[in-house]
Amino acid sequence: MTNTMSSNPSRLVEQLKGGLDAPICLTWELTYACNLECVHCLSSSGRRDPRELSTDEAKAVLDELHDLQVFYINIGGGEPMIRRDFFELLEYSIDRGIGVKFSTNGAFIDADKARRLAAMDYLDIQISLDGTDAVTNDSVRGAGSYDTAIQAMEHLRNAGFGEFKISVVVTRHNVDQLDEFKALADSFGAQLRITRLRPSGRGADSWHELHPTNAQQRQIYDWLLAHGDNVLTGDSFFHLNALGEEPLPGLNMCGAGRVVCLIDPIGDVYACPFVIHDEFKAGSVRDEGGFGHVWKQSDLFTELREPQSAGACASCGSYDACQGGCMAAKFFVGIPLDGPDPECVAGHGEAAMLAASTEHRPRPMMDHSKPPRPSNERVPVTIGRR
Amino acid sequence: MLDRRLELDPQVALRPEPFGALAYHYGNRKLIFLKHPDVVRVVRRLDGSTTLADTLRACDIDEARWPSFERALHSLTQSDMLRSGAHTDDQHDEQQPVPAG
Repeated sequence: MTNTMSSNPSRLVEQLKGGLDAPICLTWELTYACNLECVHCLSSSGRRDPRELSTDEAKAVLDELHDLQVFYINIGGGEPMIRRDFFELLEYSIDRGIGVKFSTNGAFIDADKARRLAAMDYLDIQISLDGTDAVTNDSVRGAGSYDTAIQAMEHLRNAGFGEFKISVVVTRHNVDQLDEFKALADSFGAQLRITRLRPSGRGADSWHELHPTNAQQRQIYDWLLAHGDNVLTGDSFFHLNALGEEPLPGLNMCGAGRVVCLIDPIGDVYACPFVIHDEFKAGSVRDEGGFGHVWKQSDLFTELREPQSAGACASCGSYDACQGGCMAAKFFVGIPLDGPDPECVAGHGEAAMLAASTEHRPRPMMDHSKPPRPSNERVPVTIGRR
Repeated sequence: MLDRRLELDPQVALRPEPFGALAYHYGNRKLIFLKHPDVVRVVRRLDGSTTLADTLRACDIDEARWPSFERALHSLTQSDMLRSGAHTDDQHDEQQPVPAG
């Protein structure tokens, strides 16, 4: 994002914190159903929710977003392509002048679908991949998911889709592969996007094992300073700005409820995609007044747009640089919202986590994980002629 | 810059915001903040056939402020939000995004 006629970029951030008339970055998860069961899934997806928005309800939301002049939406899930009306909604949105970027694991992109997607304008695709080899990727995203993603990328390339995105959640295990991810993206003519792992959804359980170490955080910061202009980050690494004088490219602020929000598959509106919990639920698109009312009037969003206290970080010289970090990351590890980020680069996060009672750590809600499979199902089955 | 006859690219939508407006280019997907209501006023007034100087005058912008407007509008041409008006009859409503096609 660029700003014009502003001598002071931090003033823009101050104004954005007061909220916008409509979101810039709206994520809409179309379904909780997913063919995968990634261990860090931010929405604990797996099974469809019977209350998910119908096609007509979804179209009514798109009509409203059009009226609010939302320029584009980020569609996700679950796996959004599982929905039978996926293409219908995609076309409806684009016809209404709302550009779409959707995230997918690629399982449903075959040669035909790739050609259909390539024929559409104002469409961006983001393929999720968490390792540049099958072992690294599949340990997080499940067996076979690496091959599936690569195959989808090949279909997109063969169909002449143009520049799609490869979206990586940076973990302890793939942080050394950043250069390789970049090379992979380049080889497909794709753009690399790397984002921060949060302890949200099933990530609440896997985060402690997967999140980058302190040394690796420095590695990410240095890598982004060197390559950040050509790599997307969703501005998600702003907590790392306290590591040096030079800020990372992008907006240095938490956009939750201010420029960002989430519509979940059943139409509930949350402050951001990483806080699926009642405490951050602002309302529902099914409420009277629809999404617009929730965005403009809800108590939660109004509160988030008021000046926030620096709390425990007020005396730290780096607060202006890191802004206290990510609200979702603090919440799901039990740190108060005005406390330090669990990955505070000054090291205040560990103490805050130790001080927080694990018993009272909030659990992510709306768990749609598939039930654990009985162990005998995992025995490989050989199918063949007798 | 002052003698240029500029207009908003038809693929750009302007959305009013408390600080001014957001400009979004549906073609190159750039999002730009227009950080002052006066810039928004001037941009909306551009019609491709009037020079920038005349537009600034018509918007009652004090001449002392013209250099900053030149810079702002120059950067909008750099990001393809504004283009030179080729046809004087090529007017459009800046508030409506061009339907995706």
